[in-house]
Amino acid sequence: MTDVSSEVREFASREYQYGFVTDLETDVAPRGLNEDVIRLISSKKNEPDWMLEWRLKAYRGWLTMEEPTWQKANYAPIDYQDIIYYAAPKPKVALTSLDEVDPEVLAMFDKLGISLAEQERLSGVAVDAIVDSVSVATTFKEKLADVGVIFCSFSEAVQCHPELVKRYLGTVVPRRDNFFAALNSAVFSDGSFCFIPKGVRCPMELSTYFRINAADTGQFERTLIIAEEGASVSYLEGCTAPMRDTNQLHAAVVELVALDDAQIKYSTVQNWYPGDAEGRGGIYNFVTKRGKCAGVNSKISWTQVETGSAITWKYPGVILQGDNSVGEFYSVALTANHQQADTGTKMIHIGKNTSSTIVSKAISAGHGQNTYRGLVKVLDSASGARNHTQCDSLLLGGDCGAHTFPYVEVKNPTAQVEHEASTSKIGEDQLFYCRQRGIPEEDAVSMIVNGFCREVFKELPMEFAVEAQKLLSVSLEGSVG
Amino acid sequence: MTTTATTASPRGLAGLEPALNGHQPGWLGGIRRAGLEWVAEHGFPTLGDEDWKYTRVGPILDVPFQPAVGGMKHRLSASAIDGLAGDLGGTRLVFANGYFAPELSTLMALPEGTTVTSLASVLAGDAERLEPFLARPLSSQHHAFTALNAALAEDGAFIQIPPDATIAAPIHLVFVSDAGASPLVSSPRSVVHAGARSQATIVETHVGSGGVYLTNAVTEVILEDGAQVQHYKVQDEADTAFHLAALHVRPGRDSSFSTHALALGAAIARHEVWVKLEAAGAEVTLNGLYLPDGNQHHDNPTLIEHVAPRCTSRQLYKGVLGGHGRGVFNGHIVVGPDALGTDASQTNKNLLLSDTAEVDTRPRLEILTDDVRCTHGAAVGQLDEEAVFYLRSRGVPHQQARGVLTYAFAGEMLQLIGVGPLRSRVESKVAERLNREDTDRETFR
Repeated sequence: MTDVSSEVREFASREYQYGFVTDLETDVAPRGLNEDVIRLISSKKNEPDWMLEWRLKAYRGWLTMEEPTWQKANYAPIDYQDIIYYAAPKPKVALTSLDEVDPEVLAMFDKLGISLAEQERLSGVAVDAIVDSVSVATTFKEKLADVGVIFCSFSEAVQCHPELVKRYLGTVVPRRDNFFAALNSAVFSDGSFCFIPKGVRCPMELSTYFRINAADTGQFERTLIIAEEGASVSYLEGCTAPMRDTNQLHAAVVELVALDDAQIKYSTVQNWYPGDAEGRGGIYNFVTKRGKCAGVNSKISWTQVETGSAITWKYPGVILQGDNSVGEFYSVALTANHQQADTGTKMIHIGKNTSSTIVSKAISAGHGQNTYRGLVKVLDSASGARNHTQCDSLLLGGDCGAHTFPYVEVKNPTAQVEHEASTSKIGEDQLFYCRQRGIPEEDAVSMIVNGFCREVFKELPMEFAVEAQKLLSVSLEGSVG
Repeated sequence: MTTTATTASPRGLAGLEPALNGHQPGWLGGIRRAGLEWVAEHGFPTLGDEDWKYTRVGPILDVPFQPAVGGMKHRLSASAIDGLAGDLGGTRLVFANGYFAPELSTLMALPEGTTVTSLASVLAGDAERLEPFLARPLSSQHHAFTALNAALAEDGAFIQIPPDATIAAPIHLVFVSDAGASPLVSSPRSVVHAGARSQATIVETHVGSGGVYLTNAVTEVILEDGAQVQHYKVQDEADTAFHLAALHVRPGRDSSFSTHALALGAAIARHEVWVKLEAAGAEVTLNGLYLPDGNQHHDNPTLIEHVAPRCTSRQLYKGVLGGHGRGVFNGHIVVGPDALGTDASQTNKNLLLSDTAEVDTRPRLEILTDDVRCTHGAAVGQLDEEAVFYLRSRGVPHQQARGVLTYAFAGEMLQLIGVGPLRSRVESKVAERLNREDTDRETFR
């Protein structure tokens, strides 16, 4: 068998495939953060006064908060005054169709393999493409509008649907929820807004691609998805970012609201620049994602494939408030080189007969550190609550780490909560079996890892499942346990 | 011995100072000062400390405790101890309010070279013998209560077993508190040193006859290569008492250590187990059963550090929670980068019997190498309704059917107790406790 450490080294030295910089003219705010910068962001976006006020309140809250240090991640202190909080690509003219989109933007998407034109024609997926925080093109809008679905950039929603934004913004992740959420609330640049009216089943998978482009620009997206009574939607989010030397801070907030009988499925493939083999550069991905099953029989499902970023720090959670509501969390997290991931979920059971499922698969290679941190909380009102948690970790090589920190808090005697976890290295027997049958070691590892993650991949929408499997195989090139 | 009791400041525990009795070696004075300085500098744990997240120590700190002093009168007799702690047939050392009470103790013949005595007697006669154990406390992971124990401890058990010796009968350490009118804190510190390839069974029983008191105990067990020690702990303190205990274990190469902790009493109890596996091939088993009801709070933190290769650790903790009882399992396994071939498992199961009981469980794994097999699991649930139905269909009344199944859940832990007289004693204790819960629970379907 090939020498393990040399294989791991080879894996660790894998180049980031999507590192390129597209030269766009950007409209940049001065470095640093103060009330003037917030006013500038707000005025650039032509926001109403209540929105500015909301941002300022968040900023004042943020000033009183301290950066959390409990997560299992090591990084140099972030200088929040050395970040540019706003950068918008300059559209040359007002856009009415794809033809008018900056050709450089289109070329960049082509490089990433998601040509808008192609997507519109072939895949039937509506893409709200975001480059550096501002939507430059939105497709399939008319088709969605026919059934009453609102799918637009966040800024547009503030202009066109202020009553909806006002009603739901901050109801799931309050302004002062945590340090990074407060920062986001103060300076968020743009994001996606999605509203599915009563009884509507969204006719297509909604998708948005966030990309970080201008150097040293923190990205602060804000996503808000509302599914009214009986509505359902599947939302896809995917990311790749160009190679950078200095760390980029990314603090997004995603809020989901599901009313009676509504269903929201939120899928993510995250492949931001993870830094080089020595751990230099790479994205800091500090994200707050939370859904609220506000109505009875509602369902929120999170699926994530996290392969990028130098540091990932996110806990997509579900507040199970409505009776019989369902929360799900499926996650694959891969850390290689010096990547650190501290991720997991929070399931808060409040309503009766609520149930939640957690499946987390963590793969560590190189010097990667992978932590599952999850909370299952059953309040005394949640009679008949059910939870099943399964966290498995796979270790490739002797220098990586896998950690599991589950918290289970139960206050109701009729609740049933189960947590299972295991950690082991890749099965020598399985590898041997494959190789004995003529499968090269690398393919065998890839096969085994894909099998290890299958439970999660099958939850992804088809387009993403293919991408995710490809991503994992690419990430595992040259690695062996 | 001094009789001038130190006056406790209104700050309670934080104001305590060691009641030094004059004839102590200098190194010990240094340890005591260091303990107090540690408390002064770091303070007492709060809910903000990860390891104390679910245990509020405020109610303990609010009590104006006086330190127990040696030579205090007690109202106990040997037969009273039989009733409180049982007679296991072997050597029994009794400590009243943390101080050795020879008149209540029984010493049996032991293999040559074996020392089973009180810490205070060794300190008085041959203090240097204790220096390697006390001057370098096993745990660098102090918290305020272990630091306070280091500062205040004057007595406890000292057990030293020579290489290759086998002690068949269990050595029973009984810590009995008799607080009377004013709140007392006792700080026993016990040391068990098992020589190479020796074998012994140690049983610790903590009981009290009532009143408000705090037992702040530390037990250290050092196993030389190939030693085998079975440790049992029965915490059956008065319901008004507080019990904070730390068990620190350092197993030698290919040694084997097991501990079984049963928590029955106390208003707030915390039994902490810390094992550092620094020698290859050692095996440790940590078992626990906690049965809080009323307003009791039972916290069970464990930390197993796998440093050396090829060690095995097993943990099984079970809880049955009734009334307003609250149970906490706070397990933590750390597998270091050199601990190749580690096999670790951790299981926690809980049964909630009442609407107002609460359980918080947190089985944590931290793994820094790949050649390991680690699993953990936690479950919270209730009795299997089908099993209840099965019994009822055969004419067993509902209450009784539930009682049988609850006892069966807890009984798994009791089966693991290898000392016959202890097992039967504990079985009846647990049965009595669960019956009490049953009658308390009439409104609960």
